Amino acid sequence: MTLDLKLDTPFEDHRADQLPQGILGHEQDRPDGWLKVAGRATYAAETDPDGLLHGVLVRAPATGTVMLSNLAEVEAMPGVRKVMSHPKMIRNAAQGTANKAPVQGVDHADYVGQPIALVVAETFETATHAAHALIVSVDGVVKPATPDEVTPEQPDDKQTILGDPDITFADADVLIDETYTTPAMVSAAMEPHAATADWDGDTLTLRGALQMLKFNKNELADSVGLPSEKVRLLAPYVGGGFGSKLGISADCVAAALAAMELGQPVRVVQHRRQVFEVNTRRSETRQHIRLAASKDGKLVGLGHEALVSQLPEEDFSEPVIQGSHFAYAAANRKLGLEIARIHRPAAGSVRAPGESVGVTAFEIAMDELAVATGVDPVELRLKNIPDKDPESGKPFSSHRLESALKQGAEAFGWGSRPDKPRQHRDGEWWTGTGMSAAFRVNMVIEAEARIVLSESGATVQSDMTDIGTGSYAIFQQIAAELLGQPMDQVTVELGDTRFPPGSGSGGSFGAASTGTAVWLAAMEIRQQIADRLGCAEGDLTLQDGIATCGNTRTSLGDLLSDEITGHGHVEPGDAFEKVRQATFGAHFAEVAVSDVTGEVRVRRMLGSFACGRILNPRTARSQCHGGMTWGIGMALTEELTHDRRDGHIVNRDLAGYHVPVNADVPDLEVLFVDERDDWAGPMQAKGIGELGICGAGAAIINAIHHATGARIRDLPATPDKVIAAMTKAGY
Amino acid sequence: MKPFDYTRADDLQTAQRALHEGGTVIAGGTNLIDLMKLEVMTPGAVVDISRLDLNDIRDHDGGLYIGAMVTNSDLAADLRVRRDYPVLSRALLAGASGQLRNKATTGGNLLQRTRCPYFYDRDTSCNKRTPGSGCAAIGGELRNHAILGTSDDCVALHPSDMAVALRVLDAQVEIESLDGTRHLRPLDDFYRLPGTTPHIETSLEPGDIITAVVLPKPTGGQQSYRKIRDRASYAFALVSIASVINARDGKIENIALAFGGIGARPWRDTRVEDMMRGQTVDDQLIQKAGDLLLSDARLLEGLEFKADLVHRLLSSTLTEAVQ
Amino acid sequence: MNTNLTVNGRPHALDLDTRVTLLDALRDQLKLTGSKKGCDHGQCGACTVLVNGQRINACLSLAVMHDGDEITTVEGLSSDGRSPLQAAFVRHDGMQCGYCTPGQLCSATAVLDEIARGWPSHVSADLEGPVELTREELAERMSGNICRCSCYPGISKAILSVAEDGTVHREAAE
Repeated sequence: MTLDLKLDTPFEDHRADQLPQGILGHEQDRPDGWLKVAGRATYAAETDPDGLLHGVLVRAPATGTVMLSNLAEVEAMPGVRKVMSHPKMIRNAAQGTANKAPVQGVDHADYVGQPIALVVAETFETATHAAHALIVSVDGVVKPATPDEVTPEQPDDKQTILGDPDITFADADVLIDETYTTPAMVSAAMEPHAATADWDGDTLTLRGALQMLKFNKNELADSVGLPSEKVRLLAPYVGGGFGSKLGISADCVAAALAAMELGQPVRVVQHRRQVFEVNTRRSETRQHIRLAASKDGKLVGLGHEALVSQLPEEDFSEPVIQGSHFAYAAANRKLGLEIARIHRPAAGSVRAPGESVGVTAFEIAMDELAVATGVDPVELRLKNIPDKDPESGKPFSSHRLESALKQGAEAFGWGSRPDKPRQHRDGEWWTGTGMSAAFRVNMVIEAEARIVLSESGATVQSDMTDIGTGSYAIFQQIAAELLGQPMDQVTVELGDTRFPPGSGSGGSFGAASTGTAVWLAAMEIRQQIADRLGCAEGDLTLQDGIATCGNTRTSLGDLLSDEITGHGHVEPGDAFEKVRQATFGAHFAEVAVSDVTGEVRVRRMLGSFACGRILNPRTARSQCHGGMTWGIGMALTEELTHDRRDGHIVNRDLAGYHVPVNADVPDLEVLFVDERDDWAGPMQAKGIGELGICGAGAAIINAIHHATGARIRDLPATPDKVIAAMTKAGY
Repeated sequence: MKPFDYTRADDLQTAQRALHEGGTVIAGGTNLIDLMKLEVMTPGAVVDISRLDLNDIRDHDGGLYIGAMVTNSDLAADLRVRRDYPVLSRALLAGASGQLRNKATTGGNLLQRTRCPYFYDRDTSCNKRTPGSGCAAIGGELRNHAILGTSDDCVALHPSDMAVALRVLDAQVEIESLDGTRHLRPLDDFYRLPGTTPHIETSLEPGDIITAVVLPKPTGGQQSYRKIRDRASYAFALVSIASVINARDGKIENIALAFGGIGARPWRDTRVEDMMRGQTVDDQLIQKAGDLLLSDARLLEGLEFKADLVHRLLSSTLTEAVQ
Repeated sequence: MNTNLTVNGRPHALDLDTRVTLLDALRDQLKLTGSKKGCDHGQCGACTVLVNGQRINACLSLAVMHDGDEITTVEGLSSDGRSPLQAAFVRHDGMQCGYCTPGQLCSATAVLDEIARGWPSHVSADLEGPVELTREELAERMSGNICRCSCYPGISKAILSVAEDGTVHREAAE
């Protein structure tokens, strides 16, 4: 039986606060952690079917019509089985939730680095060499590759004007009017995209590095021309995603096509350089931000107009202004997004698309406003918290920004901060502190899960993935808590499309979506147990394997002569039309900046986050550490460099693209603001995976200003830019 | 990788013969395998010299004799190096990662190739990779590139930290030729500037093999290595400076300076040292030294910042040395 | 080419294409997929293994160069996968996706040994003095292992907690 839930109304009954076992909401080990530390979690490239062949993708060296002049010679090389240049191969990874094939074709390259062939051989070494031996000539014209070369699109649905912003900007007591730029960035998950495909003549089974299997299944089926039910995807362990594995990727489609054609299993692993090129990157942004305020820092108008880029025929555009729609009150508003269609590798979702870069730039502007008005930065945010959604007028489902700001400031010791910059020097190092607010929209998407309870324990099943987010842990906790089981009696099985379709991992919605489906499945089992005992579910206590109903105590084992199956199904209802729902937080950072070299070191960082109920503080904290560290990367080190002439990614490896290393990251403090968001479902839990990055970089950039008096508006703040800004500021 | 014959050399002569016949020697392999995987380098024969008996560090004429196969880790941790040549330990420890330093060798480090991303990209032109094909870096995106010693054909940077320290220490490279004779060559004469032949990087002849690096007697003085990079660890230098300075009462008695991150080879300019010797360190002298050092610098778009960083490192290094 | 490797205490005789890296030999020939391929170019550390007790990037080494070598991978760090260091990584959540974890564990094992041997690092104030195992020392020494999930705080806590217990060396030697 299925317990269905449509999210239309608030859940004022906080059941999860009354559960007896003390498992949900408490620190627990990741069950998958033990496999991971032993090297026994198997990722996409780590199965070894009989007759496995190895495929290597080949890239286009330029844009235009593609010709493979020595295809036959390469195919005749010893050990080479096939040089496949298949029209169904995909141009780039599908966008998240696309649910259908992305742009296909290999006879034409729209960007430098596009996969245009697959070389399949008996060994990886042979395939790699043959891929290098294939001569790819491209006969075409150079296409525009920088945003300034084209007139950008201005989609009507991405422009907002409320009140009279232009007059407000002209007449304001205080106006901040600045342009901020962020570079292109990438997810750079540690596991390269990889697929092992097996075709039995009827069904395609593919083990992949994928985040959202129920969509990926349809994307792959559509790409290769199979009915969806003839595709099975497996992704029990995924080595990070951060958006880059949302949609079906080139390795999957190519491996599937090759396996179907050759009748043998084929593994395709993207080379790290291909990981940079053929999936999706975060677009670079140019953000014009205007803040009109009274002398005491009350916002009367705000403008946030952004330019991003995207490859032709892609729907996604980095939603830079998403957070600005609801972050701050101001009657007069001008928000807009422009899209330059250029021939760089496709843009797509990278951790917290929109707010990651949009809130960061906006929160730097807010710091400039704090400096201009002399209002303390925390106080400035507090002054401008809206009491309802500033554009739609809808109430907030829950709004804990004030608590996040105050509790964070208290824990960080913000109060002792001098107002003026350049007040502390430690040898050649200037030190200072900065803060920012954090905003992120909250989403729930349709999800299903199944639990089978028997004498020997419970098994939770969903095609949901765990990309490091902690799905295994929290589903185990939810089921154990509701079903009165010890943790080790609950097994969680994920990442197989033969299980009920979960939400997939993305948009921070996994816990609140698939987690709620697991909750519902468990509730459905509780109902069946209650029925067997002849009591109401609400009167049933399940603890340590004992069912208690009034004065009756029954061993669950006695009740479970047969298996009980519960099925949970949640889908978004009209709650999102009734309320504005988001997560809120605050970041605080202390930095040291070398007066000699312009190098910046983050000395400490604290984040306070309100994300509804925290299901497992340990895994939640790690998610926040991740977001905050990405903020360090965004502020200081990460920049994807495109060649100005043809748009190709110049630094497409992990030596040239600098993700933060251990030495860049100090101990990070995380505190969770107590919150139950009743509109978020029966657990009152919201997403947490992305809030930590939103605005984190701004706290660091603002701390650099406080330390040195230098304002960075072009991220990242590499030593050369910090020195230039210090020089410009007259120091 | 292109298929290749692999042999393990039992003696130097085997390795030298293979080199003479166009093969490549492999020691730590941290750069060679990297480049072979991308088929930027495609040797048909690879001779493994990693087990040759070239891995001792011994006293030598008051200085130090460092076998070519000594790993970067062992060299950095050697007590004599830490005591008498701290600039070398510091430079080694500022480079790469612990794992790479365990594998990378002294000889191999000297011979590592540039990290210019266009050199690494077979789909762009590069005179170093394919002589005469052109230089895609010029007019492209420049950051880890040189501003000194470059040419119209190549702006590649020598990426080594270790070699910068060795240059400041007046190290000599011991080379054994095919005929079995050994001679010492100053590091200053070891590296060639790109000119019109950027693919020829050193003065090694076919069959020559590096057997050791020899350090002269320590000269005392204050030694330092400072490296600026784009993250706190595990990144190549934007600019680095190695220094050995003897100063008294604010006056420089003797000085040696070498720079990384700016030169087509590990950079040293004795004109700057000669000019400073006997002088009192003040802002004017520092400015003059920097100007002289950079008088021939070619600051292509994207590399302008390096001039400022050089001045700043020079200033802090000199100021600290006389304090 | 015939190559003899001793991996986690077990001898293996392999006939290898000279191009096969140590990492691919472990993963594809010996089916020891605990060692991960993150970049294949020595830029991430996911492939870190111990060769004759020293940590290296297995991706940047040819398997044929290791004839006669003793190799330890994550699978060989303990018999049950629950050494103090492995347990500390779980307890302190020194992982999320888990892909860099085997490399972190192998690297950490070697780092503690390097510190015991008195090897200085880039951040050691004194090149000649004894090395103190501080958070800063550990962070620098572990910087050759990238964790994109960014579990550095948990990784450092896990290693420090085990180092204080002094139990790592015994486990690693098993």
